[in-house]
Amino acid sequence: MSLLTPNPGLIFWMLVVFLMVVFILAKFAWKPIIKGLKDRENEIQGALDLAERTKAEMIKLKSDNEKLIAEANAVRDRILRDAKEASDRMIAESKDRAVVEGQKMIDSARDTIRNEQHAAIAKMRKEVATLSLEIAEQVLHRELKDKESQEKLIADLASSARMN
Amino acid sequence: MYTPLRLFITTALVAATCFFSLPASAQESGHDDHNKVAESVNKAEHEIEHNLEESEEKFNIGQMIMHHIADSHEWEFSHGVAIPLPVILYSADRGIEVFSSSNFHNDHHEYNGYHLVHGDSEKIVPVDEARVIYDFSITKNVASMMLSAIILVLIFTSIGKAYQNNKGKAPKGFQSAMEIVILFIRDDVVKPNVGPNYEKYLPYLLTLFFFILVNNILGLLPGAANVTGNIAVTMTLAVITFIIVHINANKHYYLHLVKPTGVPAPLLLIMIPVEIVGVFMKPFSLMVRLFANMTAGHIILLSLFGLIFIFQSMFIAPVISLFALFLNFIEIMVAFIQAFIFTLLSSMYIGSAIEDHHHADHGH
Repeated sequence: MSLLTPNPGLIFWMLVVFLMVVFILAKFAWKPIIKGLKDRENEIQGALDLAERTKAEMIKLKSDNEKLIAEANAVRDRILRDAKEASDRMIAESKDRAVVEGQKMIDSARDTIRNEQHAAIAKMRKEVATLSLEIAEQVLHRELKDKESQEKLIADLASSARMN
Repeated sequence: MYTPLRLFITTALVAATCFFSLPASAQESGHDDHNKVAESVNKAEHEIEHNLEESEEKFNIGQMIMHHIADSHEWEFSHGVAIPLPVILYSADRGIEVFSSSNFHNDHHEYNGYHLVHGDSEKIVPVDEARVIYDFSITKNVASMMLSAIILVLIFTSIGKAYQNNKGKAPKGFQSAMEIVILFIRDDVVKPNVGPNYEKYLPYLLTLFFFILVNNILGLLPGAANVTGNIAVTMTLAVITFIIVHINANKHYYLHLVKPTGVPAPLLLIMIPVEIVGVFMKPFSLMVRLFANMTAGHIILLSLFGLIFIFQSMFIAPVISLFALFLNFIEIMVAFIQAFIFTLLSSMYIGSAIEDHHHADHGH
């Protein structure tokens, strides 16, 4: 039954060898191996998380972009509408102003014309009066000479007055 | 990896040559006259012994099997081809003595006051029977164990280096092959059984697995030692597990031994001894399981080969060789399974002792 009796010498060497193996492997093999495995797992997990985050971000960006585009479209429409309104208003305003200006110019022209007319009439009146007086003076001067020439003179004077 | 290996082998060979030649020459110069007489007597004795053995040599299968599975002071590859191993003895009166086992020629050959007796197993017996000696020899098992230790250290330190050099890269070659096994032990054996604090025990359990595995597989090679089929080896492993468990066990574990919850008071009389026996049964079963499995495998294989010599027939040999081949495959499987089971049960054992439960489970 020597098979079942442990040999103390073998136990001693077994302890020495096995504990040395445990110590050496723990320090120089398992530590870097377990660390390497863990690092890699963390890396993979990190990469997966990053991908997930990026995906979510992409979706958000996409919806953001859509929102931005819609907003931009709305803004563009508003600007266009505003611009159109403004231009319409400006056109209407300038038209009005042109009409008013024109009217004003017409009015002033009319005034000027009227004034000129009045002045001309007044001047004519004055001229006519002067002429009449001159005619009357000359008539009075010539009255005594002859009747025929008097009439001729009056006709000349009248025609020349009409010419004015 | 190859260069350190070659360097190691060269160094080991040189060291071995020096080691075996030195003590013999040193001894010779000391007791020259005495030794000469003893040597001639021994020689004559050896010749007589040899003749006797040859004339009545008969195949004894039991003896053959026992010789193969037992430990030995020399590493015998086949009949007559053996590497002598150093014998290291300690005795109170002579201190430490170191000499080569090649100095013993047969059972009655006396060297330096010792006999090497081949009984059920080899034993070094002092001539003066009153003396007490302790045998710390580098036996076949110790040498094989050291060889496997060196293999383990070379393999796994190189893999560890690969992890440092290939940081952030995919594993390649041998590294990825071993990684599968390491990950299996970590994720499927240690982590679920030990619990959240598994990392503290991982180095021990990984070493345990690979140490048993390498020794199991080396033991299957022809001419190799039966390390894991030796009760001293399995006992040491089981005791180390036992010590680790009881150093780290929490108070629930110890409390459960003396005061199992939910057990009526009269039953405690039975339950407490049962629990305490259970504490020692676990490492005992670890020890016996590995020892018995490996030894049984070796015995079966050796019995098959023994049959060839018993029948002494040309025709039985191929049949038995085929059957032995089949059993060898099974033994390779057993080598893996036993290493796995030892590690699995050790982690369950550690896990149950450090488990943080507030009410005891009744699932034992």
